[in-house]
Parts: sequence; C-alpha cells; structure tokens
Amino acid sequence: MKTALKPKPIRVTVRNTQSSSSVQAMKPAADKNAPAPTLEGAKMNIEKVNVFYGDNQALTDIDLQIRVNEVTALIGPSGCGKSTFLRCLNRMNDTIEECRVSGLVMLDDMDVYGPDVDVVHLRARIGMVFQKPNPFPKSIYENVAYGPRIHGLVSSRADLDDIVMTSLTKAGLIKEVRDRLHESGTSLSGGQQQRLCIARAIAVNPEVILMDEPCSALDPIATARIEELIDELSQNFTIVIVTHSMQQAARVSQRTAFFHLGELVEFGDTEQVFTSPRDERTQGYITGRFG
Amino acid sequence: MTDSSKSKSMSHSDRIAASLKRRHAAETRFRLYGISAIAIALIFLVIMLGSIFIRGWGGFFETQIELTVDFSRQIIDPEGTNDPAVFARADFRKIVRNALKARFPDVTKRKDVKALKALISKAAGYELSHLIRDDPALIGTTQNIWLPSSDEVDNFMKGSVSRDLPESARRIKDIHVGWIEELEAEGALKSTLNLRFFTHGDSREPENAGIWGAIVGSTLTLFITLILSFPLGVMAAIYLEELSPKTRWTDFIEVNINNMAAVPSIIYGLLGLAVFLNFMHLPRSAPLVGGMVLALMTLPTIIIATRASLKAVPPSIREAARGLGASPIQVVLHHVLPLAMPGILTGTIIGMARALGESAPLLMIGMVAFIVDIPQSFTDPATALPVQVYLWADSPERAFVEKTAAATIVLVAFLVVMNAMAVYLRKRFERRW
Ligand SMILES: Nc1ncnc2c1ncn2[C@@H]1O[C@H](COP(=O)(O)OP(=O)(O)OP(=O)(O)O)[C@@H](O)[C@H]1O
Ligand SMILES: [Mg+2]
Repeated sequence: MKTALKPKPIRVTVRNTQSSSSVQAMKPAADKNAPAPTLEGAKMNIEKVNVFYGDNQALTDIDLQIRVNEVTALIGPSGCGKSTFLRCLNRMNDTIEECRVSGLVMLDDMDVYGPDVDVVHLRARIGMVFQKPNPFPKSIYENVAYGPRIHGLVSSRADLDDIVMTSLTKAGLIKEVRDRLHESGTSLSGGQQQRLCIARAIAVNPEVILMDEPCSALDPIATARIEELIDELSQNFTIVIVTHSMQQAARVSQRTAFFHLGELVEFGDTEQVFTSPRDERTQGYITGRFG
Repeated sequence: MTDSSKSKSMSHSDRIAASLKRRHAAETRFRLYGISAIAIALIFLVIMLGSIFIRGWGGFFETQIELTVDFSRQIIDPEGTNDPAVFARADFRKIVRNALKARFPDVTKRKDVKALKALISKAAGYELSHLIRDDPALIGTTQNIWLPSSDEVDNFMKGSVSRDLPESARRIKDIHVGWIEELEAEGALKSTLNLRFFTHGDSREPENAGIWGAIVGSTLTLFITLILSFPLGVMAAIYLEELSPKTRWTDFIEVNINNMAAVPSIIYGLLGLAVFLNFMHLPRSAPLVGGMVLALMTLPTIIIATRASLKAVPPSIREAARGLGASPIQVVLHHVLPLAMPGILTGTIIGMARALGESAPLLMIGMVAFIVDIPQSFTDPATALPVQVYLWADSPERAFVEKTAAATIVLVAFLVVMNAMAVYLRKRFERRW
C-alpha cells in the first residue's frame, strides 16, 4: 500500500499533554507563516485543541497530524470524544450552541477557525459521511448532484451528469443504480444509502473526507465493500475515519489515534499501535480488556 | 432444578397470570371509555349537523308560480322613448298585479284583489325588470313566466306553517289556500332550486336574500388574511426555528407568540378598530381591514404550526446538507422547508378555516352592516359568511330561520372542504425517513 512508498516523516507520539507540548516546542510555530506545512505530508494539523460542551470538557489538548492521502483511524471507547473531534475538523460543532472550541486546527496553511474562514468553503474542502446513512429524500441523481450544484462546480447539464456518474462509479454504486437514478435515495438499502452518501460527499471533490462510523449500521458484506471503497478513495483523498471495530481500523488505516476520556492517548502507525502499543490503556483497549 | 426453586417459579408465573387478568380488564375498560367518548362526540355532531341540515335544506329551494305576463308598452314605455333608463323606472309591480288579476279573473272584491298580491314575492318586479333590461324586444309581448312566490306561500308549501292552524294564527288566509290549491291543481306552482340564494346579496325580503355577497366578502377577506399571514408567519417561524441564536430575546418572543394564539378573537377586533380604523383611517366594513385583523389572529397559529413542522424534519437532513457546504439559507430552502411544507400548509389551512368561521373581530370593524351589493373590491363594504349567519339569525321573519340554517350549511361545507384539503395534504405528502 501507499504507506510503504511514502517517506516516514517525524514520528509524532503523544503520550500525555506533557510530551505533546514538548513536540510542539521542537517545531517552531511555522504553520502560520510558512506556506508549506512543517510536517511533510500533513494535510491537517491539530494543536492543543480543547472542546467544551457547556462546562463539560469533551476533549483535552489534542495534538494530531493528518497526512495527505492516508487513512487515519480514530478509535476509543464510547463517549471518549471521537465524534466531537471529527466534527471540529469541519466545524460541524458550530451549530451546537453550547459547544466551545479552542486551539489550532490547520487545513494546509488555512486556520480552520480563522476569522475570515467561510464554513461553506471549508466544508466544500472537507466532506463528511455520517454514522447513519442520511440521503436526502430526493432522487439518487439529485443527491449526488446537490453539492456540485450549490458550489457552482458545473456549467452544463452534461458536466453534471458526468460528475454524478463518476462519483457513483467511485463509490461503487453505479452498477446497482444505473437504471434507477431518478428513484428516491431513501428507497435504497442501508449499505447502498451509505455508499450514496459517500458518492454525494466525493462529488464535491473535497480534499479531506471525514467518516463517523460509516459501517456501524451495515452487515459484514456491505462493510467489506465500504472498506474496499475507502481503500480506493485514499489514493485521491485524505480520510479520517471513526470506527469501533479494531479489525476495521487495522484493515483500512495507515495511522491510528486512540482516544480515552477526551485525551489522545496514543497516535502512530497502525501497525505499531496494534502490535506494540506504547500505552497500557491502548493495550487494554485493543485486546478488549476495557472499552 | 431443585424442588423449591420449581415451586417458587410456579408461584411466580401464577402471580403474573393473576395480574394478567387485572391488566386485561383494565385494558377492556379503557377501550370502552374511549369508544363511548367517541360515540358521544359523534352523536352530538350528528344531532347538530342533522338539525342544521333539516332546517336549512329548504332554504336552497323556493316555490314559483307561473303567470302569463303582459309586458304592456303602456306601462313600461308609454312615450315610446326606447330608453333603457325609462324601462328601469317602469312600474313592474303593476305588471305583476295585472298578471295576477288576469290569472284569477273571478276575484273582483277590492279586499280580495289586495290579498292576491300576497301570493307573489315583492322581488318579482325586479325579476321582470331584469328580463326587459336583457331583452327589450319582450316589450309588447305576452309571456308565460315562473315568478318567485312570497315567503308566506313558500313557508306554507314547505309545511313550516301548518294548514291546521286557525286562520287568525297564520299570515296565509283561507282565501290564499284556495288559490294555492287551484294553482297546484293546474300545475302552475312548483318547487325549484333557489338560484337567487347563490347569486344575490342580502335583502330585506327573505325570498330575495342570497349568500353570494357574504361568500365574496369572505373570499376577499381570507385572501388578504392569507397573503399577509402566510409569508409573515412562515418567515418568522423559519427565523426563530432555524436561524436565530437562542437568546433570552427569542425565548421572550416565543412565549409571546404562544400567548397571542390564546388571545380571544374579539380582542383582535378591538385592536383592528383602534389601529386600522381610528388611527390609520382605513375604510370601515372593508374586507381589507377584516383580512388584516384576521391575519393578526391567524399569524400565531401559522407560526406555531410551521415551527412544529420544521422541528419534525430530522436533524440528519440538516447535517447532511450542512456537511456538503450548504449555507444556512440553502439548508432551509432546499431541504427543510420542502419537507416541512405539507405540515405548514396543513397548519395554514386550519388557521384559515378558523379565520373563515370567525365573526367576533369582524363585528368590531363594522363588517356587520346590511349590505345588498356584491363587494367588487377589497375596500367595498362587505360582510362575511359567519356574520351573515349572525345577521339572519337576528331577523324576525319566519323565512330567515331557514336562510340562517342554509347559510350555516354553506359555511360548514366550506370548512369541511378546507379541513379535508388539510387531511389530504397530510396524507399525500407524509414522508418516512
Ligand atoms: N451535543 C452535545 N451536547 C453536550 N454534550 C455532548 C454533545 N455531544 C457530545 N457530548 C459529550 O461529549 C463527550 C464526547 O462525545 P462524542 O459524541 O464525541 O463521543 P464518541 O467518542 O463519538 O462516542 P461514540 O463512540 O459513542 O460515538 C460525551 O461525554 C458526550 O456526552
Ligand atoms: Mg460518535
């Protein structure tokens, strides 16, 4: 896979907040000034992110780098803040009134929470697939065409047809829906709906795709297809996926982050995290002793 | 399993069985309560609608008498001017009287001739004048024409005045009864659909009074209500539900909107009187003002219904659109609003139905006047259906009882149609996610 082709950049391992700040100290705060990211291949750079829901702290001092064209898996017990973290990346938390986010989230050299950032533009660059398939109650075609249309990505009907067809092809759905493009998206099966949602997300051609437990409602066969799909998509897209399945994380991701009680306990190459975890909590979780 | 645990589990299941009996009994009882409540409601509905229907049905029909009418040029246009204005001023009642005298040549006594007049409606003269207006060539000819009977004859024919009453107790005297029987025997008396009821405005003569003026008045009023309250209500609800940050101010507004929905309608009438008439000097009795007052009254209903249907749209749809980069307005206009539309329309129709049946606020702004002409514009004096019912219910003539019930039937018919539309929309566009 691609990981092998890539030069390994500096290993960022975060055991606790102490060491994470030391990592930060090592690299000068160049993100804001230099156009090129400090970490080679880092698509997104997250530093010292804290998230509060009212008075509850959901995430504490998260530091993480998401590398381009890789799959990063987020694992951890329920309620540890994986979804919260994911939603920070494309500012889906904005609409939750009591939610406050502090810290730095960089997409390339853009500060995601910067004052002049337009969330509409941001979300065109960072797409999202949700845990529960949520196609619009419109035709399959309209579902996929919606994003390109609102962003003005196409000038003609033919271009739009083209985008819809390629997106459905990339999402591995085209065979099943070729003859029923104008039927409602909600008439599809759960797995098909989820692939439709993926097609809808990639139709906008985002740089990063966030997936929050995309397979949690699916049977093993549909899950396998989506995993295959994620693998293919990672050639062109940077993917962050939340999953509860250790096997899935091991199968699809190159890097794995383990969250526990709102902290990032361990982050590293998937192989390393699963074969020789540095933290005993990680060890405990992946071997199923708690979680 | 040991013996003791077995007996324990037996008694356990016995206990469940015993409680089962009680639970089933409670269920049956509850079911009975529900059924009897519905039955009582239905019985009252049937009694109410049935009595209105029985009383009002006759109002849609009238008795007509066939007379041979001589459109004598001497009476209509003695000077031969051929001027329609002259025709209009002619004494058509005399023509009717002459036709009656010709019909009953044996009646010669002065008193009886006078009594003869009571057979035919006072409105018959207008009927003839309209015939001449539409076709002046009739002047100088003799025609067999069906003319409306007077309301006394009509009531007598419909049986609402009994033949067994002593003569002194009824307006129809024995001599009239004789003539009516004679006409009946010769086939010159019939009961037909009362078209005038559907095409005329109000009148002092019950047989000439129609509901059309009130229908037009109600339509104009509701039109104003709709174009004011629907966009305002929907936009306010969208702003409150989808766009505004939740602050103390929006809470305050929300509480007030809910309060507004509970304000008695007459208060809106008083407000309309004070603001629209006394302060803004808008025309009195006009559908424009009536519509504005009813719009104020309907607004909270529409806002509440719209907010409820916006809330019912699953958040996952909003997240999906937002996640694709739709702006807040696009999320609402492209996804949430279309999905909420059936609910919004249902709420609006129910609000409009309530506005249609509302009379108290209209009384306050003067839409209760006696208005004969059909309103032609939003500023013409007009009345509305429920107010017409109220006016007729207040009239002394026996025949207006029937008109009142008939107008109620028309009003109820409109309400049923509107509510059926609301149900249809709900069923038709009901979506499952
Ligand atoms: N909208 C919200 N309002 C208040 N608290 C929230 C909200 N969403 C999440 N939280 C809290 O934040 C913490 C993290 O939640 P989050 O949804 O990120 O967990 P998660 O790791 O995704 O869990 P799961 O694996 O069950 O999806 C939880 O304690 C949760 O109670
Ligand atoms: Mg989650």
